[in-house]
This record gives sequence, structure tokens and C-alpha cells, in this order.
Amino acid sequence: MKFAIALFAPSHAPSSRRALRFAQATVDGGHEIVRLFFYQDGVHSASSNVVSPQDELDLAGEWRNFVQQHNLDAVVCIAAALRRGVLNAEEAQRYGRPAANLDAPWELSGLGQLHEAAQMADRLVCFGGQ
Amino acid sequence: MSKSMLIISRQAPWAGPSTREALDIALAGGAFDLPLGLLFLDDGVFQLVAGQQAAALQQKDLTANLQALPLFGVEELFVSSRSLTERGLIDAQLILPAVELDDHALAQLLDRFDQVVTI
Repeated sequence: MKFAIALFAPSHAPSSRRALRFAQATVDGGHEIVRLFFYQDGVHSASSNVVSPQDELDLAGEWRNFVQQHNLDAVVCIAAALRRGVLNAEEAQRYGRPAANLDAPWELSGLGQLHEAAQMADRLVCFGGQ
Repeated sequence: MSKSMLIISRQAPWAGPSTREALDIALAGGAFDLPLGLLFLDDGVFQLVAGQQAAALQQKDLTANLQALPLFGVEELFVSSRSLTERGLIDAQLILPAVELDDHALAQLLDRFDQVVTI
């Protein structure tokens, strides 16, 4: 089955962990993830600058490894990200900000990507909605 | 045939960017001519009340944006009558012609859409 997974919560929220475990189970079960889409506070789950204490789960890092390992299409909503200070190098330069905190494998793009994923997938599963 | 999506907006307009971000999902889908519905539930019904004074909170009033939804192809608008009643708004003037649904009709609505996104 084809899944699209949307996440609306930051890496310190339980729903971000649940989304990652669900995504891992999806792949382990032989299913396909057509796209990950991070929206609202979910953009923080893609940040390169999250530093977890050494004895705690580094969920942002785990997300990055998971996406790289399975070569997934992983999109962060650009409008939600800009609003929350999650910028890649290009956007940091465009808006004259001193640092970037988003990098490959994440791609900044628009909400059309969420709709496209919902059309491609058999199931859209959302985590961290309010 | 395109899959349909119901967007459920559950936050009050003063509760951060959630209402804007729910609206943006609807507008983006409308631009692709997708079959969309928007349901105002729980505190989300406060978005429909006329006479918002968002400027007092240095916020933007989304009334005009919400009223433009039909122009952008989002014509299926719904509101929970229970949520309105619980907040004393059942007789209030609403800024959108949203169809009022009781709990039974809400369950049927959720069944009718292929995908549901709650924000």
C-alpha cells in the first residue's frame, strides 16, 4: 500500500516519535512511502540544529537518517518553515539571515506537494494535528 | 478521479497560525481544482463569527480570506452545530454559508471524504 505521512509536531513532541515509528513500520512491512510532508510545527522535526542531550533520543537526527537510508521524498512546507525560522542556505541568503538550519535530504516546497502526495497515496496519515 | 480531502479546522483565530495554515491547505487544493471540504469544529467555529477585531491583537483578520474560499473552488463548507451551541453561537451571524451539521451528520461527512486532515 502507498502511504503519505504528514507531521505537524516538533521533534520533542511524542507525535513526532510516533510518526517516525509508523513510517519505519510502513517500510518494514513492505509498503511504500510516497512522501513525507512536514507542516506547522512539524518543520522543527527537520531542523539540523536540534541538539538532544546525549542520553536522550535524537529524533530530528533519526528522521534525517531514516529519510537518507530509504531515499525518501521528504518535503518541508516553505511557508510554515520561514514563519518558524527553519531555513535552508538559499532562503537564509534570500532573507538576509545569518544561518541555515535545513539541509539535504529535506526539500523546501509548497502545500501543492501535500495535495499531490494525498492524490498519489492510498492513505494519508497525519500525526500531531490539534 | 481525484481523491477528496476534508480539512478540519479546530483552533480559534487568536490561537496562533493554525487557522491560517488550515485555510492555506484549502486554498492550495482549490488551486488544483481538487474536491475539498472544510469543516469548522470545536474552537474553530470562532473563525466564522462576524465582527472580528484581530487588529487589537496585532493579528490579521482572515474573514475576507475565508469569504474568498468559494472563489477559489472550495464550496463545501461545514460547521458543527454542537460546537456552535457549546459556545453560545448557534444564533450568531456567520461570515460564511457553512452547512450546520449535528454529530450524526458529522460522522457521515467524515465517511464521505477519502482523506481527512485535522489542524
